[in-house]
Amino acid sequence: MPDVLDRVGAPLAPSTLPLPDERAARRTLLDQIARLEHELSQLFCSTWPRTDMPRPLVAGRGGGPRLLSLGELEELRDELADRVADSRRALSDRTWVEEQNRRLIEQMLLTPERYKWVRVSHEDIGEPGCRHVHVRPRFGLLGMLMKWWRVRISSGCP
Amino acid sequence: MIELDLVEGWVEPELAEEFPQLSLVHARVEVHPGKSPKELKQRLRMLADRYTGGKVVHMRQDPVPWAYRVFSRQVGIDPDTDRTPVEGVALRRLKQGGLQSENVVDDALTIAIAETGVPLVALDAERVDGDLGLRLARSGEQLGETRPLSERQLVIADGERPVAVVLGEVGEDAGVTPDTEHMIICALGVKGVPRISLEEALWCAAETLYT
Repeated sequence: MPDVLDRVGAPLAPSTLPLPDERAARRTLLDQIARLEHELSQLFCSTWPRTDMPRPLVAGRGGGPRLLSLGELEELRDELADRVADSRRALSDRTWVEEQNRRLIEQMLLTPERYKWVRVSHEDIGEPGCRHVHVRPRFGLLGMLMKWWRVRISSGCP
Repeated sequence: MIELDLVEGWVEPELAEEFPQLSLVHARVEVHPGKSPKELKQRLRMLADRYTGGKVVHMRQDPVPWAYRVFSRQVGIDPDTDRTPVEGVALRRLKQGGLQSENVVDDALTIAIAETGVPLVALDAERVDGDLGLRLARSGEQLGETRPLSERQLVIADGERPVAVVLGEVGEDAGVTPDTEHMIICALGVKGVPRISLEEALWCAAETLYT
């Protein structure tokens, strides 16, 4: 018993413990924040290797790592939810455009003469590297006159 | 043969209530601060070679780094601005093109953090009074002599005063110096990180110190 009473460094129980109902609310908010952070991380990884996507940043609350108030937790949860929605929408828009570009490449391969000089890069279809697909005439000017169009795939980054 | 006596630090009730799985495990080790030996520098180089851009981007989905990202977010830090220690090491590697050797203590911590993902801090054992634990900073408290702490900030404290900010810097009056003979390595545990990972981080750091 004296050991317990004399224990050095034991923290004192603070007098400002949250009320029981607030604890439940805080726990729910912390769980929601964890879930949203997970979604945000997944979305961020899904954008790789696209470099021009908006970054899903949610600013810190300031003041270093600290116990946030209920209001701050709610505000943080709402901001994260907004950012997740924004990122999902941006990724969805981007992947739609990439899908259109993939179809365009298929059409270019099937009928190159209908897509003269059209050029689609790997970046346009969400792939890494600087390779591009380009419809060009065979044998230059002669090919243009004779309508000998073909698809050239570049060898990649210089 | 290294022997480590792992000690479980105390956690203030209010903090334990908010984060039930928050923990601090620490171990005391003998140390001789100075330049890193060749073998340690070589190990650092090999570690740096394992990083790629894709791996760093996807690191945030790995269970342990993700757990610390979530904890950062829950305590009001933006982990994309103030990086968690493991992401900090990875980013340093990408920016510098390698992991530069600093000294034996920092190198050992870098290796242990990169290998396990667990944040570690080193304190001078002779400059720490009493048991170590986690608590909220009180009004008017400071880290060291110059760094004011905001109220309710999460700190690692001894019986007397805060010695480090959780996931942040160490007070200059408690950190390891060239004269340190014994140091305490502390590993922070959060929800989603098994106790074995904390132990592994401490063992890894201690083992690296005696390379």
